[in-house]
Amino acid sequence: MTERSIDHANFELERTYDAPPERVFAAWAEPIAKQRWFVGSGESDYELDFQVGGRETFRGGPPGGPVYLYEAIYADIVPGERIVYSYTMDREATRISVSLATITFQPRGASTALALTEYGVFLDGGDKVEFRREGVKSQMEALAELLDPQAG
Amino acid sequence: MLNQQSQIGPVFQALADPTRRELVERLSSGPASVSELAGPLPMSLSAVVQHLGVLEAGGIVRTKKVGRVRTCQLDPDALDVARSWIAGQQAAWEHRLDRLGAFLTETEPTSPPGGR
Repeated sequence: MTERSIDHANFELERTYDAPPERVFAAWAEPIAKQRWFVGSGESDYELDFQVGGRETFRGGPPGGPVYLYEAIYADIVPGERIVYSYTMDREATRISVSLATITFQPRGASTALALTEYGVFLDGGDKVEFRREGVKSQMEALAELLDPQAG
Repeated sequence: MLNQQSQIGPVFQALADPTRRELVERLSSGPASVSELAGPLPMSLSAVVQHLGVLEAGGIVRTKKVGRVRTCQLDPDALDVARSWIAGQQAAWEHRLDRLGAFLTETEPTSPPGGR
């Protein structure tokens, strides 16, 4: 039997890009552009319908490993300024998280300050050893890729 | 350049090494003694002890000495799957935002004379 649990967490990231807000925003709004940096390399299904009420889906996972499904719905879009969306993550047939994300784009001279905030709810995570192992492993892999992008 | 990584700072540092990541992966399936951990690794016992020291300082691993055997296990907080998941999401976003920067550079329109 599944032990029910809910964990809440949030994080914020901030970056400054040497491009005007319109260009940075466009990289989030155009499906081909967004797929290129959001999904990266590897096999995956990706779709984006960038409008309020529109959906974004991304299905993928490690070779031979579990399939993860990301599904977002856009709640608010102000071109060049702001994007708000909610998304769910499923691992195979199990819902593992529900999150709300906000992205803001602010001009800084000729550059753009991008701020990303995520509020997440993580569901029924703590009860399975193999799940825990994969959690640690995926964290390791994400960190490894981050530290050494060439290896990923 | 703004680049906030404060929340995963110490953990990030401790895991910035493939050997330490291998040790953490091994410990994610259960506690082990230092010699059990060192066994499959192509390095001296004292090098492994040093790596474990960094992981212990980073709050990822706890060690306990009983008699002559030092046993290591992951800190329960480091094993917290929600925290792992969130740190993983955050790390994934860091990586994506790097790729967004690279994408913007690659697709930059030709600059007018006199630069930016």
